[in-house]
Amino acid sequence: MSDYMIELRDVTHAYKTDAGPLPVLDHLSLQIPENRFCAVVGPSGCGKSTLTRLVSGLMRPNKGEVWLHGQKVTSPRPTVGMAFQNPVLLEWRTILQNIMLPMEIVKSPMSKAQATERAHHLLDLVGLTGFADKRPSELSGGMRQRASLCRSIIHKPDVLILDEPFGALDAFTREDLWCTMHDLREEEPFTCLLITHDLRESVFLADQVIVMSDRPAHAQYVLDVDLPGKRTLDDLYTVQAVKMLATLRHEIQVAQGRATAADAPDPHVPDPHVPDRQVPDPQVPDPAPGQRGDKSTTPGALQ
Amino acid sequence: MNDTTRKILAPIIAILLVLGFWEWAVWYNDLPNFRMASPSDLIPAFVRYWDLFLIKSWETLWRTVVGLGIAVIVGTLIGMVMGFSRLAREGLYPLLVGFNAIPKATVVPIVALMFVGQHDFNTILIAFMISFFPIAVSVSIGLSTLEPEYRDILRSLGASKFTIFWKIALPKTLPEFFGALKVAVTLAFIGTNLMEIVSPHGRGLGDLFDSGRISADYPLMFAVLLALAFLGILLFYVVVFLEKIFAGWAERGQS
Repeated sequence: MSDYMIELRDVTHAYKTDAGPLPVLDHLSLQIPENRFCAVVGPSGCGKSTLTRLVSGLMRPNKGEVWLHGQKVTSPRPTVGMAFQNPVLLEWRTILQNIMLPMEIVKSPMSKAQATERAHHLLDLVGLTGFADKRPSELSGGMRQRASLCRSIIHKPDVLILDEPFGALDAFTREDLWCTMHDLREEEPFTCLLITHDLRESVFLADQVIVMSDRPAHAQYVLDVDLPGKRTLDDLYTVQAVKMLATLRHEIQVAQGRATAADAPDPHVPDPHVPDRQVPDPQVPDPAPGQRGDKSTTPGALQ
Repeated sequence: MNDTTRKILAPIIAILLVLGFWEWAVWYNDLPNFRMASPSDLIPAFVRYWDLFLIKSWETLWRTVVGLGIAVIVGTLIGMVMGFSRLAREGLYPLLVGFNAIPKATVVPIVALMFVGQHDFNTILIAFMISFFPIAVSVSIGLSTLEPEYRDILRSLGASKFTIFWKIALPKTLPEFFGALKVAVTLAFIGTNLMEIVSPHGRGLGDLFDSGRISADYPLMFAVLLALAFLGILLFYVVVFLEKIFAGWAERGQS
């Protein structure tokens, strides 16, 4: 038995290639308790997507075990919801029919009428009111991704697996969707595993950020994001958030082999003396939008 | 002019213009009937043999449709096997291409000898052989290029392979399938008429064409060509109609 919703025990995995086995995961262990939101970041090609395929049961690890909700994963399970970078909506179905797709596969205590009502409710939540009968081709990229999110949770999964779902969206749409994620979680808590390249996204959305090492990957660093209460985008521009981002950025560089642990930003430096000139003046925790010279508020400066 | 009237009027006007040019070209060059019959010469031919036209058209039409139907079933099955298995795709492609490259006019006498006297069967066989290739190729391409995420979205919920095929792979392949079917329709007519003309057995429009040739009734020959064109258009639009129903979603509105 496992007390965690998602647990990986010493998972090692390698892909078979023509040039011999390609090790991707190396003794990776992680535990995610129920209703926790966990983000996984790491260098490109470090096996993050492999992780989602293992947790969802689409693949089985060479060594080690994956447990979901106290049960060992050996095959795909209907208690999992998934969304990818590509929203993969079925073009021949309406948005409502797309969202209802999992209900055609999964045995659920919900009746069809209840599920339809739920689908409409989710559409309202993500801001797609009135789009139920539209075709995916009539929606913008961000709207499609919203619909894809609705589909991934329509069947009330225990575990939501998100593989860079916001990766292909423009920055503003992405921030909009981050807030939507918080709305969804407030409405009905779920356990979530988010794969992302975006450090700000990981800090804004997750309770816990796991930094993976370079391939073959293990969990190199775990950051607990301590931002209590409902988060707003302004929280990203606080000293606390910037310090976390600096730490994550450093860990990524370590994973990439571009820095050593000795270069780490000193977490004990009190706020007024944070040795990073890009950190906003602590006297003004929320710089006015568009304030000149304050480069710390542009995403590029942080990544 | 609204959309519907334009859709109906435009092709009718185009057809009338072509017929008018044809009539004028024959009259202007003063061509005798045996070199080129004019549309006005065809009317008496249609009037005189209208009952024969109905019977022969029906014989040609049903055998073409049956041949096409078998081509759809067999072509889709071959396409599915090739689409899902790389081994089958690599193994079968040269074979299929080679088979398709053989001119079917050369196959007709062989088939006629092999199944001597089985005229309907032979005709359907040729119509099938000539038209299944594009269907098999397009279905296999449609299935083999299915993005893995589409499969994963259902597979991660524990859906069976058949469910994935039925709910995702099959509908996603429909636009390619109908594209191929439009090509296959006209090919199937070629197959039917090849059999009817190269191996005469007294059935179909090909037979009517042949009797026109033998009795030097040239307007009749041209009339048969026109009837064939009419049947081809008819069947083509049946496919377009089916495509609208089953794959209408693939058509993007003009922006």
